[in-house]
Amino acid sequence: MFPSKFDYHRPSSVQEAVQILSDNPDAKVLAGGHSLIPVMKLRLATPSALIDIGRIDALKGISRANGSLRIGACVTYNEIANSGVVQDAAPLLAEAAGQIGDRQVRYRGTIGGNLSHADPASDLPAAALALGATLHVSGPNGSRSVSASEFFVDLMMTSLQADEILTEVEISAASAGTGSAYVKFEHPASGYALCGAAAVVTRGAGGSCTGASLCFNGVSATAVSANGVAASLVGSDLSDGAIESAVSNLSIPDAAGDMFASAGYRQELAKAIGAQALRTARDRA
Amino acid sequence: MAGESNGAAGFGSSIRRREDPELITGRAKYTDDLQLAGMVYCTILRSDYAHAGINSIDTSEAEALDGVLGVYTAKDIEASGVPGGVPVGWLLPGLKTPEHYMLAKDTTRYVGDGVAIVVAEDQYTAHDALELIYVDYEPRDGVADPKKATADGAPLVHDDAPNNIAFDWEIGDKESTDAAFANAAHVASLDIVNNRLIPNAMEPRAALADYNNITGELVLYMTTQNPHIHRLLMSLASLGLPEHKIRVIAPEVGGGFGSKIHHYADEAIASWASMQVGRPVKWTATRTETYITDAHGRDHVTHGEMAIDADGRFIGLRVDTYAAMGAYLSTFAPAVPTYLYGTLMSGEYDLPAIYCHVYGVFTHTVPVDAYRGAGRPEATFIVERLVDEAARVTGLDPAEIRRRNFISPDAFPYQTQVALAYDSGNYIGALDKALEAIGYDDFRKEQAAAREQGKYLGLGLSTYIEACGLAPSAVVGSLGAQAGQWESAVVRVHATGKVTVYSGCSGHGQGHETTFAQIVASALGVPYDDIDVVEGDTGSMPHGWGTYGSRSAATGGSAIASAAEKVVDKARTIAAHLLEAAEEDIEFEDGNFFVKGSPDQSQSLPDVALQAYLAHNLPKGIEPALEATSFYDPANFVYPFGTHIAIVEVCSQTGNVTLQRYLAVDDVGNVINPMIVDGQVHGGIAQGIGQSLYETAVYDEGANLLSGTMLDYAVPKAHFMPSFETDRTVTPCPHNPLGVKGVGEAGSIASPAAVVNAVVDALSPFGVTHIDMPVTSEKVWNAMK
Repeated sequence: MFPSKFDYHRPSSVQEAVQILSDNPDAKVLAGGHSLIPVMKLRLATPSALIDIGRIDALKGISRANGSLRIGACVTYNEIANSGVVQDAAPLLAEAAGQIGDRQVRYRGTIGGNLSHADPASDLPAAALALGATLHVSGPNGSRSVSASEFFVDLMMTSLQADEILTEVEISAASAGTGSAYVKFEHPASGYALCGAAAVVTRGAGGSCTGASLCFNGVSATAVSANGVAASLVGSDLSDGAIESAVSNLSIPDAAGDMFASAGYRQELAKAIGAQALRTARDRA
Repeated sequence: MAGESNGAAGFGSSIRRREDPELITGRAKYTDDLQLAGMVYCTILRSDYAHAGINSIDTSEAEALDGVLGVYTAKDIEASGVPGGVPVGWLLPGLKTPEHYMLAKDTTRYVGDGVAIVVAEDQYTAHDALELIYVDYEPRDGVADPKKATADGAPLVHDDAPNNIAFDWEIGDKESTDAAFANAAHVASLDIVNNRLIPNAMEPRAALADYNNITGELVLYMTTQNPHIHRLLMSLASLGLPEHKIRVIAPEVGGGFGSKIHHYADEAIASWASMQVGRPVKWTATRTETYITDAHGRDHVTHGEMAIDADGRFIGLRVDTYAAMGAYLSTFAPAVPTYLYGTLMSGEYDLPAIYCHVYGVFTHTVPVDAYRGAGRPEATFIVERLVDEAARVTGLDPAEIRRRNFISPDAFPYQTQVALAYDSGNYIGALDKALEAIGYDDFRKEQAAAREQGKYLGLGLSTYIEACGLAPSAVVGSLGAQAGQWESAVVRVHATGKVTVYSGCSGHGQGHETTFAQIVASALGVPYDDIDVVEGDTGSMPHGWGTYGSRSAATGGSAIASAAEKVVDKARTIAAHLLEAAEEDIEFEDGNFFVKGSPDQSQSLPDVALQAYLAHNLPKGIEPALEATSFYDPANFVYPFGTHIAIVEVCSQTGNVTLQRYLAVDDVGNVINPMIVDGQVHGGIAQGIGQSLYETAVYDEGANLLSGTMLDYAVPKAHFMPSFETDRTVTPCPHNPLGVKGVGEAGSIASPAAVVNAVVDALSPFGVTHIDMPVTSEKVWNAMK
């Protein structure tokens, strides 16, 4: 597997990276490389240049301050999965990151690369959606923020502009009474999610549900939020029956099928996996 | 000798594989690791169309690229005057053998068919140049399904094979079988697709060809399971070089599963390219190329029926199969769905009437050939599925109906209705052992209780037989093989008593360097560490036929045993002379020769070896040195058998199948190294589980391969597997000197039926009687609806 010829840049700052990206419209940003390099080896992607942001220190930290968790774009899945700070403030993200690929992939792949690549079957997009993550991006005109719900536009398409780089992911730290779960039904070949469900529920003092979200990977062209199902749980006692009844109405728009699993089957999987994620989140709340 | 344990590392010992330290630490050298001075690289442009005419090929831009040494098409190969063929090595009566040339001439017949060759200074340039070759294709319709391909009007793969039929083959007795069905109290009937598989050896195929245009000699390092077969076919059919001017060497080979038996165009192309540019040429398949060039396996569409009398006894079996051959006949392809398939239809059962009919069918796909098990997994699957269906239609327990129909242990040798004569077996013994180990009666209670709770458990039995170590050569030849099936060995005792063993087998993961040394350690009484085993070099050893079909222990191991016996005989003669005693009074024990009753006065084998080499004092008429060669042609196939049991749980919400337990009781005869045998069983089971639950090569209606990468083709992963439970019974092979059978394919032959029988058992409350492989969660979920 031999990629086409490309130039290689290794900027030492975000500003420099953005500048090179602006100057090279055909360039691709290289972080962990575990999505980009395989498609280059198959010559499905033939970028004129790679901009390796893997050595930019500013993109590497995990911090928590003022109720907010901040994760640099080049933090690896392995670091996220095993970070005590992430496990405490956003356990859903740690759980999803720990289920990506295999050990080698988790040591190289990064959160920024994952979300920017926007593979709908990858594990982090649904978690980012369910956690209401804010994504910070830098471009030639400075920085801006995008909510996860506005970030995923279509199949492997985000609202990032061609000259912008995702730099940081910000998540509000989980409050008391909140439980979450990421449950994945794995495609036996790729290990990607045939259906992955990210659930977050919050219980009030009396035990009834005061907030819920349920998002899916793998079922349609982007990670999607099942807002209706989540909303119908608010006020309920989160019993198995309440969850069953809520997911029975689940219908994911534009569900997509492939040779392994049809769209209809993925809809049914989403019900089963979604209910399982909600039950587990409830038990953890 | 068989079964003896001579020292800690002799026959029967679970010593660790001596191959592993180099393999695990990355020190081992595979073909692609080799570098020769002046080496250049070759790539092959492949058809993106399943079926297309080639109007023209423009190579000028590719030729102009810096670093490109040459770009060639079929016309250039023709102009060079070499034969250029890729032959089939097994002929059946009436077999259609359309021309298979090293590159497509005017028509491409599958996605992957070679169209042009680039030779360049480096691999990147060689790949870049492929994109600069412009082929004017005229796309045509293709067909991938072997049954649909026989329909009138289906696109033809070869104009001279009407209805795409390569051969029309039958075995058994149609009349008596039809009569059995006319008298049957019950009939079990199933339509089955045996899914097409892609081999996925860990190491892709590769070749490094070094042609010396002064001596006319070609040294070809390649990924092969049988270097002598490749040398023969390179010489006769592809390159036209004299056989003695070709040396084929197999460096370390990283798995094959059959895919490295076959003679493909690619290694011949690298060799031909070296002849053109006068430099060593390396070709290494990308993983994408392995998917579209390595011969695939299975791909049958079958209707099978079992006739059963009122007492639950099988009285007839009828099988009708459409077996894909792919676009061309691969090396041993015609044998796989015929003599390795129809002959296995009796299974472990006393079946008085059998009829099996097979169409071999050309399709616009990668050629199909032997893949771990080769015909026998397909046969076992149809037989064992029908046996379970027979249990269902008669209301008998699946274990009971097997018990009622097994060939009895005292009925051997047993002549089946489909040519094979089973030499030995004890099928009830293996079944009983497996049922007891799994706790069969308790499981049935647990299963019933679980169903009450809405939990669906299933148990599947597969009581399999396999025939491996094809032999004798005269019989194999009468069936159409253009090859012998004996095996060679040289046992050379050096002057110091150290031993080098040369085998005509060619291991690629089986552990021959360990197990063959164990055989010799016991035979000669020489320490295991003093014995080396050499394989895989046509320049170093006598002709051999290689490693496939679970043949190496039974044929190659037996050849080594008989060569070792010749060495002992000669050494005994010399020892008698040295001990001044009559030869018949000499005993041989633990590597020492001594006169009966006087073990303290002895000559060790190294003592004798030294005298044999010095040749100062040899008996009259005895030649110097101490070595022997054996060419061993077995009397019969060997017949391993056993019982495999799978227990599955089916998730009623998602249809997901989880393997809870997998238990195998195999009878492979005497065991040389129990750990290696367990490893072979584990690997085979994993591959069979892969076929039954995960793997399938998917072609669309136009014969485009959809499952062309590992993102879509599900090679099973370790965490999908339960911890296997293995056990054995031992029924030694009665006709070879070691009493060994074969084990490489047993797991992949037995396990698909065990798994699918278990899933169907779990789903019986839903009225399910069959699910085709791979049993994906969606298929199960649909079946439960």
